Amino acid sequence: MKSGKFWAWVVFGIGTAYFFIPLLATFEFSLRMRRGVHSFDAYQVVLGDPRFQATFLYSVVAAIFTIILGVLIVVPAAYWIRLRLPQIRPVVEFITLLPLVIPAIVIVFGYIRMYGSNSPLPFLASDLGASALLVIGYATLALPYMYRAVDTGLRTIDVRTLTEAAQILGAGWGTIITRVILPNVLIAVLSGAFLTFAIVIGEFTMASLLNRPAFGPYLQNIGANRAYEPAALAIIAFAITWGCMSLIQILSRFAPKSANRPN
Amino acid sequence: MADPFLSIQHVRKSFGATTVVEDFNLDVEPGEFVSFLGPSGCGKTTVLRMVAGFEEPSAGRIVVGGKDITRLKPNQRNVGMVFQAYALFPNLTVAQNIAFGLKVGGMPKADADRRVAEMLDIIKLPQMADRYPYQLSGGQQQRIALARAIAPKPKLLLLDEPLSALDAKVRVSLREEIRSIQKKLGITTIFVTHDQEEALSISDRIAVMYGGRAEQVGTPFEIYNRPATKFVANFVGTLNVLEGKVTDAASGKVQVNAQEVSLKGKLNGSKSGDTLSLALRPEAISLGRQPGHDTSLSGEIAEVHFLGSVIRVRVGIGGKTVSLDTFNNSTTPPPVVGDKADISFSSGDMLVLH
Repeated sequence: MKSGKFWAWVVFGIGTAYFFIPLLATFEFSLRMRRGVHSFDAYQVVLGDPRFQATFLYSVVAAIFTIILGVLIVVPAAYWIRLRLPQIRPVVEFITLLPLVIPAIVIVFGYIRMYGSNSPLPFLASDLGASALLVIGYATLALPYMYRAVDTGLRTIDVRTLTEAAQILGAGWGTIITRVILPNVLIAVLSGAFLTFAIVIGEFTMASLLNRPAFGPYLQNIGANRAYEPAALAIIAFAITWGCMSLIQILSRFAPKSANRPN
Repeated sequence: MADPFLSIQHVRKSFGATTVVEDFNLDVEPGEFVSFLGPSGCGKTTVLRMVAGFEEPSAGRIVVGGKDITRLKPNQRNVGMVFQAYALFPNLTVAQNIAFGLKVGGMPKADADRRVAEMLDIIKLPQMADRYPYQLSGGQQQRIALARAIAPKPKLLLLDEPLSALDAKVRVSLREEIRSIQKKLGITTIFVTHDQEEALSISDRIAVMYGGRAEQVGTPFEIYNRPATKFVANFVGTLNVLEGKVTDAASGKVQVNAQEVSLKGKLNGSKSGDTLSLALRPEAISLGRQPGHDTSLSGEIAEVHFLGSVIRVRVGIGGKTVSLDTFNNSTTPPPVVGDKADISFSSGDMLVLH
């Protein structure tokens, strides 16, 4: 037993080192911009760059719209499948996994062909249209994470009985979704939302090929032309992702506790 | 007689090729408490769900207060329902749960608050308003569910096995509380259960269901003492069933294990030579010949179980055994297995099962 515990710690130590050493090395390198001393100059340069601010803001706004679109599509769909169409769940799960299998570049080339300026739906004819198309593409990329998060949340409540209880009390579908179902899967929805946020902030392929001023292409551009700033940006991107994960953890403490599964 | 408040007329429900409810008919008077009693899969919950609007009948119609509600959506029926799994909204407090139907119905906040307080008083949980469902016991949750169901003053209250998830002691106290609240409010109620004791103890009438049909509808007294079918007789209470052969149909003579029993007036339609199933409740039988009992049968003590205040005795008669209970008497020793014994009963208590 003791020996088992020892090896478990060894494996944990190796895993931690494998993950943290490159991160620490990147962080240490990002501090070397000023010769001979460690400083946060690279961070100052990056954060002070107007292109950083503009692209980051663009990506944040795109992420927010992606989350709204994802919630609007996924929550009613996952709810309805659990309530009325459980037999098609495997099919829907397979469909939601497709974005993990089909490369983003394939999807974006499809978009360009389908929605070019000469097509019946010329999304790419205007900046707004192209940005809308980017948000739709991001919602597709985030689908596996958003669907799974929401579906897991729905699994923790008795969807059918709660729906029927609300219906018999006079509630319509809108009230049921907004006042009964959504509040009880809110933490799951937020988990999906933060994962979506993390994906959108670093995404390069779609933004680049649709020629959008997003944070991903900016990261790539800086990485190709500068020495220390890309390391600082990598650490900033990590901090944003971890911040999102921490928020999921913090918010999950406020999740409504199920009547049938008391904590 | 006044028009029934709830009328379920020739209702049938099929799922694909399977028919789960077949030609179900029931009239319920205003303020009446009717139980649907039957084994799992008999269709009792399906009938209740059709009344609630969660299932649509394949045929037939459902009328409440003179209005056909067969095709109405559940949220248009003004029916209250309590579920087996409580179904309280986990994100809402007790008060918010009770107020849910009132808010949906557009009641002003002050009136809704007053009604919530009134409901909490009725279920004797006024101090629980700000608790969340997970902070309550099963019995408390089900009382809140009851309060939530009756708060909007529904025309009809449906209870779908509301006591099944509770422990025995809470079940007994809660069923009495449900009945008392129902009487106080005078609300017409349908109660689904598979527990005969529950149904017998709190119902005005019981519909015993089997195979998607109502086998018998009657008061608990009628159902227990005059079961209309073999299924009802077997399902409700304990029953001793003996085989008998009609020896003289005209004079009602039946032979049971080579002993004659007179069942005059009960053999409607039977001919001499027919084999019958004869049933007796344990409480109708005495050990030994007793005054007032006109019939006796001889047998042998097969089993004796001492249960404290009661001794349960099983007497072998032919190939069958008959159960009966006798009160424990400290001066009389219990019967001994293997001894010869007579049992006696009134022939009027013997049921002929068809």
